[in-house]
Amino acid sequence: MSVKFTEEHEWITVDGGVATVGITTHAAEQLGDVVFVDLPAIGKKVEKGKEAAVVESVKAASEVYAPLDGEIVEVNKAIADEPSLVNSDAEGGAWFMKIKIANAAQLDGMMDRAAYDKFVGK
Amino acid sequence: MTSRIALKDLEPGANFVRRHIGPDDAETAAMLRQVGAKSLDDFIDKVVPKRIRAKRPLDLKKAMPERTALSYLREAASRNEVFTSMIGMGYYGTITPKVILRNILENPGWYTAYTPYQAEVSQGRLEALLNYQQMIVDMTGLPIANASLLDEATAAAEAMTMAKRVAKSSASVFFVDKDTHPQTIGVMETRAKGFGFSLVIGDPLTELKAGEVFGALLSYPGSSGEVRDFSKVIEALHGAGALAIMTTDLLALAVLKTPGELGADIAIGSAQRFGVPMGFGGPHAAFFATRDEYKRTMPGRLIGVSVDAKGKRALRMALQTREQHIRREKATSNICTAQVLLAVIASMFAVYLGPHGIRKTAERTHRFAEVFAAAVKSYGFEVTTKSFFDTVTLHVPGRAHMLWAKAKEKRINLRFVDADHLGVSFDQSTRRQELVKLLSVFKSDAESRTDIDAIDAKAGEVIPLALRRTSEFLTHPVFSMYHSETEMMRYLRHLQCKDLALDQAMIPLGSCTMKLNATSEMIPVTWREFAMLHPFAPLEQTQGYQQLFEELEEMLAEITGFDAISLQPNAGSQGEYAGLLAIKRYHEARGDHGRDVCLIPVSAHGTNPASAAMAGLQIVAVACDANGNVDVADLEAKAQQHAAKLAALMITYPSTHGVFEEAIIDICQIVHAHGGQVYLDGANLNAQVGLMRPAELGADVCHMNLHKTFCIPHGGGGPGMGPIGVKAHLAPYLPGHVVVDGVNPAAGRQGHLGAVSAGPWGSASILPISWMYIAMMGGEGLEKATKMAILNANYIAARLKPHYPVLYTGPGGFVAHECILDLRDLKERTGLSVEDVAKRLVDYGFHAPTMSFPVVDTLMIEPTESEGKRELDRFCDAMISIAGEIAEVETGKADKADNVLKNAPHTHAELFGAWTHPYSKEQAFFPLKQYPNDKYWPPVARVDNVHGDRNLVCICPPMSEYLEAAE
Repeated sequence: MSVKFTEEHEWITVDGGVATVGITTHAAEQLGDVVFVDLPAIGKKVEKGKEAAVVESVKAASEVYAPLDGEIVEVNKAIADEPSLVNSDAEGGAWFMKIKIANAAQLDGMMDRAAYDKFVGK
Repeated sequence: MTSRIALKDLEPGANFVRRHIGPDDAETAAMLRQVGAKSLDDFIDKVVPKRIRAKRPLDLKKAMPERTALSYLREAASRNEVFTSMIGMGYYGTITPKVILRNILENPGWYTAYTPYQAEVSQGRLEALLNYQQMIVDMTGLPIANASLLDEATAAAEAMTMAKRVAKSSASVFFVDKDTHPQTIGVMETRAKGFGFSLVIGDPLTELKAGEVFGALLSYPGSSGEVRDFSKVIEALHGAGALAIMTTDLLALAVLKTPGELGADIAIGSAQRFGVPMGFGGPHAAFFATRDEYKRTMPGRLIGVSVDAKGKRALRMALQTREQHIRREKATSNICTAQVLLAVIASMFAVYLGPHGIRKTAERTHRFAEVFAAAVKSYGFEVTTKSFFDTVTLHVPGRAHMLWAKAKEKRINLRFVDADHLGVSFDQSTRRQELVKLLSVFKSDAESRTDIDAIDAKAGEVIPLALRRTSEFLTHPVFSMYHSETEMMRYLRHLQCKDLALDQAMIPLGSCTMKLNATSEMIPVTWREFAMLHPFAPLEQTQGYQQLFEELEEMLAEITGFDAISLQPNAGSQGEYAGLLAIKRYHEARGDHGRDVCLIPVSAHGTNPASAAMAGLQIVAVACDANGNVDVADLEAKAQQHAAKLAALMITYPSTHGVFEEAIIDICQIVHAHGGQVYLDGANLNAQVGLMRPAELGADVCHMNLHKTFCIPHGGGGPGMGPIGVKAHLAPYLPGHVVVDGVNPAAGRQGHLGAVSAGPWGSASILPISWMYIAMMGGEGLEKATKMAILNANYIAARLKPHYPVLYTGPGGFVAHECILDLRDLKERTGLSVEDVAKRLVDYGFHAPTMSFPVVDTLMIEPTESEGKRELDRFCDAMISIAGEIAEVETGKADKADNVLKNAPHTHAELFGAWTHPYSKEQAFFPLKQYPNDKYWPPVARVDNVHGDRNLVCICPPMSEYLEAAE
């Protein structure tokens, strides 16, 4: 299963019409120690590029944008209870939400790993 | 033979200038040599471009000696007349316990401290503020409270905007109880307009349509005194997804059921009557409490409990990402400076009186109102308030003015509501003799014929059972431990000793101007003629204040070059907001609609975009060049692009990067050429006074932080004052006031912009401080102070340059009144952070400079003119020594993890047990041998911010933890 990336530093994997979304390790490093995560309600309709979740560290509060149109079908309660997971496992266990994809064509323009690494200057 | 000195040379003359300015002539000469200048004037000519220099020197009265200035002000004060105030309306008589007056309000250990951003050197006032939050939580019955807002009216406005953010309802209408203090409604109207909300004002019990609003403000008790049961209204609001906000009274809540118990979502109000003098309108702390679920959207500063690096309990400011400097244009609040000193006083009032004292005070105040109501009823008067705490309204058809005047003859001020109604309020200071005197207004022989005790025995309780408080409050032991004056005095001293304030060391905070707050400047603040006046007292009783305002306005106008001044904004952020609103109204009044773009350089302080957003402006960012200056080409392009919509430019001068930009004049011209107005942020005015004038540079409006440039102390995070100056064309749009006429004499027929603060003249009682400063310095003294502030900054820059790169400099390699040390490569080179350097400075006995503003991973240093060469050298020696410590880490001589920087600050607790570090105790605690007497011992080690924000606790921890901490 390939991972896609956005310029807003989100990663996306797709499984059977459902996208799992999180923030990248790079983004988590930039934020520093994450202290709070606010997740959307199940069933909420989200729109590409609009705010879907909030992540806060001691020095910054940042929106997590929906990378795709769709509906929230699941959220990761574990990171709400233990925000430090976002720092320790950003691109693994610390996923944010699962979105039932409304428009799969929106996946097309996204970056792959190599392109994202280049994007953040690695 | 010694020559005889003439008497006239023995007489002191005006000698305040040399007391205010740190370096003497010999030190100045040495410092000039260090920066490579021949004389002070030669130096200033090199630093400050000719093009921006003032057209003429300051034309102020000759500097007065301290004694003369105090006598002059004493005479002005004597023109204020202190009557017994029974006006109410949110301002009440109170008795500041003398132990609090002397040990806090009149004590530089408390009033010269800075906002507690550096938690390790602020544990004392953080504890006092945590007590404040606990007190507000207890009194309101809501689980979380912040550590103060500016005043009750702005707190109500803040609650309204927060309600809009969190309410499920998508309505854009907000309901306000018509029985609310008029100044609160006035400020809410101003604020609602900026955000595009509409206000409906009516009776919540009969006129509130819950489904059509996103929230409602309910007055409990009302301005008339009436206490009503809003529980059904609150239920209806919740049913519609709207918020219920209560504006309430701390003392009343000792006997009334709490807003929390009634289901309110937010409770706000003023903590003034807890020991803080009325001060003709301020400063006072406002409180704000809410439900736990809304804590992340709450405005203002919040104190939280965390742990330090050793696991010991430590306090610090929590959830700072809520604040304006992070949220910038997304902010719905711009509050920055709050009212810390006043919140501390209010919390200590509760600590000293305790739950019994507070309850007794509340019961007594309430009883006086009940006895008064019963007595006047027995004389045949009609009392319209049915259920009340401390305030009653009388229906006296056609006789209100006569009775009001009769009371005034007896030196009692009542509230003149209208020709048929009078309001009477009682408070902590009311005694039996005042009640008897008051009754004689209503019945001439009351003094001999009224038996107070007999009326008291018969007077029934007027508050219905359902609204009587049964829950306990102030149950935390801290409110029961310090009731003797000995214990109280020691508690205050104990807390004070934990903090590093200006009474101990320089606080070199860039952009904050922590200069001397001279004792002579502070003395008049607590004179009763300034402290004990109600802001709505009849104007003829406040002539001394009127004189003070006029003279201070003249002084500030001469200094800034503006035509009109408004003293109303009670913080810098309020000044920004008022200034932008004036600009907006100016465009609208000329029929120039649609101007809503505000240009703001990326280097601006976060309050700028927050204020612009609140004024309903769209923010367009302007780039800065590599030297930290505004990119004029980008500015011109943006101004052109938005020409049709350009409302204003907000610019800080000298820039936040601490450089005099010559281009400021061109920048102002560009903005004007495209139809915009220029707002100059006066946070750095200390680099301008006497050398240039904001108005001459081209600004149309500018705020002056009186708590920076003009010596009002920071109070540990407030009070402040942010009056604005404007050119004549903007004068009609300065703030006005709904209760007091004539606050803005230039207001035209279309009316002023409304009020931005509750008090007509903001925090009036601290204005004597700035008056004293200007009067004692005179024009020449002020100009010299500015020059010395610039010299001090350049002296530090010159000494530190070989050890740290100085980030931005102007022509000739000079800085303005502050300098930025570049530590951006520190992490990569050494693994150390700028925070490590800041915390290590604590071991050397210093408060850190401004960290990571305006550029991340830098330190911004502003020494001010008040620091002498010895203190500047001590600071430079500390920084140079730290540079050596950094080098040791870099070269591997010191351990990468276990070194003096990473472990800083070091506490005395580490002296117990085995010393395990690879460096010596001497290196840790006394790194500079030449300064053995300047040691400051921090009470806690490095505070863990992450732990505190992940485990948020914002009330006093159980006593067992205090005991553990003491072990």
